[in-house]
Amino acid sequence: MHYIPNTPQDQAEMLATLGVSTVQELFGEIPESLRLRAELDLPPALAEPEVFKLLRSLAAQNDNAEDVSLFLGAGTYDHYIPSAVKHILGRSEFYTAYTPYQAEISQGTLQAIYEYQTMICNLTGMDVANASMYDGATAMVEGVLMAGAITKRTKVVLPASVHPEYRQVLHTYLALQGWELATQIDRDTAAVVVQYPNFFGQVDTSILALAEQVHAQGALLIVVANPIALGLLKPPGEFGADIVCGEGQVLGNPMGFGGPHLGYLACRTEYMRRLPGRIVGATKDLEGTKGYVLTLQTREQHIRRQKATSNICSNQALNALAATVYLSLMGPTGLRKVATDSTQKAHYLYERLLEIEGVTPGLPGPFFHEFTVQVAADPEELNQRLIEYGIIGGLPLKRFYPELANQILFCVTERRAKEELDYLAQVLEGLL
Amino acid sequence: MTPTDRKYTREHEWVQINGKQAIVGITNYAQNELGDVVFVDLPETGSVVEANDEMAVVESVKAVSDIYAPVSGKIVKVNEALQDNPELINSDPYKDGWISIIEMSDPDEVDELMSAEEYADFTEGE
Amino acid sequence: MRIDGTAEVKVIFEESVSGRKGYSLPDLDVPAQELDQLLPLELLRQQAPVLPEVSEVDVIRHFTRLSERNHGVDSGFYPLGSCTMKYNPKINEDVAVLAGFQSIHPYQPESSCQGALEVLFDLEKCLCAITGMDAFTLQPAAGAHGELTGLMLIKAYHHHRGQLDQKREVIVPDSAHGTNPASAALCGFKVVEVPSDARGNVDVAALRQVVGPQTAALMLTNPNTLGLFEEHIEEIAQLIHEAGGLLYYDGANANAILGVTRPGDMGFDVVHLNLHKTFAAPHGGGGPGSGPVGVKKDLIPFLPVPRVIQEAEGYRFDFDFPQSIGKVKAYYGNFLVALKAYTYIRQMGPSGLKAVAENAVLNANYLMEQLKEYYDLPYQRRCMHEFVLSGARQKEYGVKTLDLAKGLLDYGIHAPTIYFPLIVEEALMIEPTETESKATLDQFIALMIKMAQEAIESPEKLHQAPQRLPVRRLDEAGAARNPDLKWS
Repeated sequence: MHYIPNTPQDQAEMLATLGVSTVQELFGEIPESLRLRAELDLPPALAEPEVFKLLRSLAAQNDNAEDVSLFLGAGTYDHYIPSAVKHILGRSEFYTAYTPYQAEISQGTLQAIYEYQTMICNLTGMDVANASMYDGATAMVEGVLMAGAITKRTKVVLPASVHPEYRQVLHTYLALQGWELATQIDRDTAAVVVQYPNFFGQVDTSILALAEQVHAQGALLIVVANPIALGLLKPPGEFGADIVCGEGQVLGNPMGFGGPHLGYLACRTEYMRRLPGRIVGATKDLEGTKGYVLTLQTREQHIRRQKATSNICSNQALNALAATVYLSLMGPTGLRKVATDSTQKAHYLYERLLEIEGVTPGLPGPFFHEFTVQVAADPEELNQRLIEYGIIGGLPLKRFYPELANQILFCVTERRAKEELDYLAQVLEGLL
Repeated sequence: MTPTDRKYTREHEWVQINGKQAIVGITNYAQNELGDVVFVDLPETGSVVEANDEMAVVESVKAVSDIYAPVSGKIVKVNEALQDNPELINSDPYKDGWISIIEMSDPDEVDELMSAEEYADFTEGE
Repeated sequence: MRIDGTAEVKVIFEESVSGRKGYSLPDLDVPAQELDQLLPLELLRQQAPVLPEVSEVDVIRHFTRLSERNHGVDSGFYPLGSCTMKYNPKINEDVAVLAGFQSIHPYQPESSCQGALEVLFDLEKCLCAITGMDAFTLQPAAGAHGELTGLMLIKAYHHHRGQLDQKREVIVPDSAHGTNPASAALCGFKVVEVPSDARGNVDVAALRQVVGPQTAALMLTNPNTLGLFEEHIEEIAQLIHEAGGLLYYDGANANAILGVTRPGDMGFDVVHLNLHKTFAAPHGGGGPGSGPVGVKKDLIPFLPVPRVIQEAEGYRFDFDFPQSIGKVKAYYGNFLVALKAYTYIRQMGPSGLKAVAENAVLNANYLMEQLKEYYDLPYQRRCMHEFVLSGARQKEYGVKTLDLAKGLLDYGIHAPTIYFPLIVEEALMIEPTETESKATLDQFIALMIKMAQEAIESPEKLHQAPQRLPVRRLDEAGAARNPDLKWS
């Protein structure tokens, strides 16, 4: 095994130092009855070229967005990842490091997170961001739990236009603590959650007046926002959001079959000490040089143990680094272009599709880069047919919304060329 | 030196009695154990506490310590200065680093607490 | 780590020059419409977000410089106890960037992602074989997330049996990771702490006192956080099971037992593993991780959905588990991390994994043997993959464990885990892993001995450490008193 450098000679010398003759003797404190007599029932070891061949053949069985035209979104998006992002992420000083507990030897990770926190605040209009969470769904859950701790209330208003999987995850967590899901805001409401743009891609001006209603009841407004959209849309901080969270995969991270992604969570200053997870702060060393440390650690589980309000320990540091590099490269104009081009192309496709007989409008209203249409066919069967044409179609909404049985949620990012949009329309026209 | 003009708890709070009012803080021993205090979560003025209730939280860089009310009563004043200067607890635990003033509902509770001498012996053993 | 001339690296915002650009994207190829025709004007941003305006070269140089101020496993020895900082094979990274894994969407039709489903299915089988459990979920994103999921499963199990009202307590040893009690409390359980005995095991007599019909579960790490094997594990398992409780295995230290013994055989009912520790997926500077949870047969119905099943036509997701706790994360877990672990397991095979445990344990015992003369060793027994020293002797000379840790940094070695577990004064928890050679260990030993002498002869030297890094000791109290959490 070439990852284990000890030679038989090394092992013999070490055993001699320990005064034992075999490695097995070192396991002597494990009761005999518990020790495995046979080898683990696993496939035999493969050499590096063999394992690569095996994994390459498995990868080849998956239709991927480099080779086919993908029109799926629904929380995971196919945006272009600049080469520079991949090269920085490939620096093993970043990816083979642990959590920056020893600050002096981890300034790279720490400063990158500080820059990440700044970018998230600037995009969302919030004052404080943490170092990241597992994903958008768990970031939303932590936002709700945070609102519960702040308001000392246990009711949350969660519309069906929030990502269905996020709602499912919230459900799992809230079931533990006797929370109530409600449709109306009242004096017992801890938080109102809205997604922006919502799961169906819609944006609605009613969001602008929501904070006032929410705050009037002493509740908090949590906005789950797509950070790419925030390159174009008004930041939630400007319309009164208290907590902003969401999925940062779109910022330079691959879709990766759903993970690892990047949960982000940000809030107003007054809730800083209720924010879960790791937070990096700037400080000085004893000679006055600027440096960075993990800070406000008393919020966390390793100190508070059973009194901690969240058990989160790790973050998605490498994904946050990808987001930081991505946003550095894109800057304000690049981010706006990605958002604008996605919107323009989505609207182009929407109009093209509506020209097809058998396609009718789905849910009404303005949308960002996702929209719904109704089709005169079974959406899942349609998708199976599209695969034959090298197309992965939109999401059949019946997966989560039985009442929207014939509706499909299409997504168009800046990655889809006009030819691909025209091709989809042409193929659908033939199939419907 | 442990000031002799006040009483002490086993949780390392001190109480200085002034009529019906009890000024509460944490001892020099406690601040030393905690290290650099970075944040104090003060109680709300007007709130009513029972003796031994969690009343405030003192945080250092790597430790959190609950502060228990040594006596029952109503919180009539808190040390707002700690919000901007939590390090007062380190630099002057017995004076400027006080935490709150409780208007006692049962002044007899004070008799249960330790004298300076008893507290000094108690911390010897810790 | 390269030490550069200037100690501070500007934040990237300070490099910004208006109009400078770091991206290249094609011109819009569909007819452009007025934006306010597409989106409500009131919802459009009035001001661009403050983001850096820098060139690609600026970005590469900035983050390259930051990387030079970081220490990873590839930079040097990283004996951080409980974290299993083993070498991360490069082939795993090459596999994870294949387009067939990276650029696939979680909602694409199952027929178009059979390879990915096979990885999930096969990895689950491998993890079952390694741990002796009956089924796994790969959904949890990290160890702590796995713990929480495991406790949710335990809660569902007791609930299903109509005993949840009674089963209110989770027992946790005083040597446990902080996440254990935090996860249990988040699940609504009362946490009961049980002390360790003089040999560093769970004190069985004390355990007997607290186990009862109210016991929902005992959470154990084995080997425990002292690096010691719980010698009475069979008795403990019997005790908990007789009380109707379940046994939870925190897999943080699973590296020590691969191919040697299995938590399933020890009597554990629920197990979480850390793929980023034991199975060589990199830690990424704090994540992403992956914390799969395995269970025995009786708990399978409660596992999160979906689960991957194999049928004649191929693999598919199955959502039809009505007693499932639901979902703990969107989609199917940190797939690309699981993929690296799968690649590792296939490359190591059963013999390789056993060699991992053997060499990890050999390396740790060798270090312990050589260092115990110079540092206090609170538990004088055979250790497993890690051990805990105490810096109490050095503290008498005014050198704290923190000073020793900072001293190591100056030599390009990451510090051990310090001040944990909480039951050892001035703790130094050292885990060498199997991927370090005897030569590296010997260098470390020499350095630790040198520092033990310095602690006596010239303690001020250690108080001053680190001196050769980009920054000296940082003011953590100042950072917490006046939080500066973003650049402005």
